[in-house]
Amino acid sequence: MADLAPLLAASDLIWARTQMAFTLGSHIVLACIGVAFPAMMMIANYRGLKKDDPVALTLAQRWSKVTAVTFAVGAVTGTLLSFEIGLLWPGLMSRFGEVFGIPFAIEGIFFFTEAIFIAIYIYGWERLSPWVHFWSGVPIVIAGIGGALAVVTANAWMNTPRGFSMGPDGKVTDVKPLEAILNPASFYEVPHMILAAYMVTGFLVASVYAVGMLRGRRDRYHRLGFLIPFTVAAIATPVQIFVGDVAAREIARDQPVKFAAIEYVQKTSTNVPEHIGGILVDGKVKYAISLPGMNSFLVGWSTDTKVIGLDSVPPSERPPANTLLHLAFGAMVMIGFALLALALWLAVAWWRRRDIPRTPWFLRAASVAGIASVVALECGWIVTEVGRQPWVVYRLLRTEDAVTTAGGVEVTFAVIVGLYLVLGIATVQLLRWMARRWRSEDDVDVPYSPRAKPRDAAPAGTP
Amino acid sequence: MSLADGVAGVLWFGITLYAVFGGADFGAGVWNLLAGGSERGAAPRELIDDTIGPVWEANHTWLIFDLVILWTAFPIAFSSVMTTLFIPLSIAALGIVLRGSGFAFGKMVSALPARRLLGVIFAISSVLTPFFMGTVVGAIVSGRVPVGNEGGDPITSWLNPTSILIGVLFVLTSAYLAAVWLVTDARREDKPELERYFTIRAVATASVAGAIAGVGLFVLHDEAPYVYDGLTSDALPLVLFSVACGLGVIVGLLRGVRRGTRVLASAAVVAVVWGWGLAQYPYLLPEKLDIAAAAASDASLTALVVVSAIALVVIGPSLLFLYTLSQRSLLEE
Repeated sequence: MADLAPLLAASDLIWARTQMAFTLGSHIVLACIGVAFPAMMMIANYRGLKKDDPVALTLAQRWSKVTAVTFAVGAVTGTLLSFEIGLLWPGLMSRFGEVFGIPFAIEGIFFFTEAIFIAIYIYGWERLSPWVHFWSGVPIVIAGIGGALAVVTANAWMNTPRGFSMGPDGKVTDVKPLEAILNPASFYEVPHMILAAYMVTGFLVASVYAVGMLRGRRDRYHRLGFLIPFTVAAIATPVQIFVGDVAAREIARDQPVKFAAIEYVQKTSTNVPEHIGGILVDGKVKYAISLPGMNSFLVGWSTDTKVIGLDSVPPSERPPANTLLHLAFGAMVMIGFALLALALWLAVAWWRRRDIPRTPWFLRAASVAGIASVVALECGWIVTEVGRQPWVVYRLLRTEDAVTTAGGVEVTFAVIVGLYLVLGIATVQLLRWMARRWRSEDDVDVPYSPRAKPRDAAPAGTP
Repeated sequence: MSLADGVAGVLWFGITLYAVFGGADFGAGVWNLLAGGSERGAAPRELIDDTIGPVWEANHTWLIFDLVILWTAFPIAFSSVMTTLFIPLSIAALGIVLRGSGFAFGKMVSALPARRLLGVIFAISSVLTPFFMGTVVGAIVSGRVPVGNEGGDPITSWLNPTSILIGVLFVLTSAYLAAVWLVTDARREDKPELERYFTIRAVATASVAGAIAGVGLFVLHDEAPYVYDGLTSDALPLVLFSVACGLGVIVGLLRGVRRGTRVLASAAVVAVVWGWGLAQYPYLLPEKLDIAAAAASDASLTALVVVSAIALVVIGPSLLFLYTLSQRSLLEE
């Protein structure tokens, strides 16, 4: 066992990175739903109360149950992450835990609050007066946004670390928690992530009802179930494109190597072309559509803008998998514009006829928009994480110096992949099972709900 | 008392809450596992499902709170523990994933043909998680976790008499807490046979846990002298208080007194957790790393204190609201 240890340790880095990527990539989807779905549920609830609309209230009640399920699963995958951050990256935590631990502590409060109020809200359907019940749901929305804000500042801190000094021995001194939280990248990462959460959730939920309508269930329930989340996502989309554009320029300044890798900028120069698509072979861009000077223009509104290239740092400090980075970024942007087009389609139809576009092609497009927005989300996550490599804390701590020396990560990785596959399938099956029950007008019990009350089991005449 | 001591106190407060509420939750899983075949075990399982439903998330959020406090306030201690105890902590984490999945899918699972198997998997994870967390505590108190990222022995650090002792005690304590909890719930739901059922189990686990803890003192004497000395001197009043509470619960249960048994049972656990803390004070890793040496800078600690205070103000009333609502609904039904 002893002589195997160094061999295992050498492979730990790649397994640890893969495990982290896999578990975070899974959690991020659930987290988005947890952040944004309550807002859509509250819109339905508000409409239901304000306009005395029982269909909207039914939607709100069912969505609260879906929220409970995804939140419970998200809590599980999130708890695992808080173990993993120490189990996989003790070198990161021992050196910087005190700086970027604070946002996690803040996130903890929001998470706790959200958990409590989801339970209260689900309880409250039958036990609180309608408006008191409505207000008991508002903290869920605020806590969702607050939690996302806090946790994303921690990630932003890894990209633009601030709020501390480093002693000669590499030990952190003079910590300023507020400065760490308000690091430069927070200002674009936080809105970008929260908007992404609203887009992903909105398009994902809408796609479920789009499929239902394509299958002929064109009742008011499905229309409203489609329109509320789709409208929220459609409003978020243009704002997101604007924020993303600003973020790209900020990254060119704050994290120039990441930007250079994303955009295939090999040498620092002016008049840098914008490559659309294409792969990188031996430092040469192939099969790309290249727009001369466009990259310089997008960075500084002039083709004379100097863009820092990969040659500004030695090869050991450049991100790996450059082609993957570039294509992931491109895919994210492309999907963003496609979703914008879809949003405009609805806007025009609504403006002209107060109705969803009549052609089934709109619904077909809307039913793939959910998956597409998840793909865009994952692409964006790849860009920010892989783009920061080989650093875990930009220019201060290399990922290979942060990884555990324990060995055996491949075993935990294998177990977790198996477990998450089952968890993923079970979540989807559970949601489908709930939908089937609802279609047959049966109610379902979910986590947090008071107790099992199957209608068929209750004897007749029970009060 | 320094600021770092204060934050260590906050950490211990969180550990205490997790020990009581998380413990009771795991214990409920233990009884689920031991409830027997699907027909015989149906009644106790139903009661268990009713009582752990609404507050599950709240119970386990204390764990996240503890981890965050530990890594922010005492980063070196956190990374040392995480490195050496990779295996038991990984198993505990996986156990939490399974346990949480059981919670998330429980209501659906009851409609599946494979529910027995899944129920067993979820229940087994309720045993594994407290056991392996106990082995982690055992490794810490017996001084088997060296400081730094190099790590101690990956196996014997947690596979040793002290770790196994504390692991077993964790499982028994969880089961005991849950049983006491369930006795009161059974009475409130007016189910005398279940009340008897869990009374027997509460008394049995309390007795076994007490006996093992008594024998365990000899193990601690040999393997964890620093903590043993603390437990038999400064922390002795707390240890005796815990024993008294434990006996009080047994007497109360056997005499059919229900009022106060939950409080006493929790107090017994609280006293042990703080007895442990006092016994190894001022060390986080006995005789290797003390609170002062492990502490983050004052700015980080102050920020943590502020965040914890806000947490108390925000979460306290919200939790109270939820508990009131859930208890009231139990009464209504």
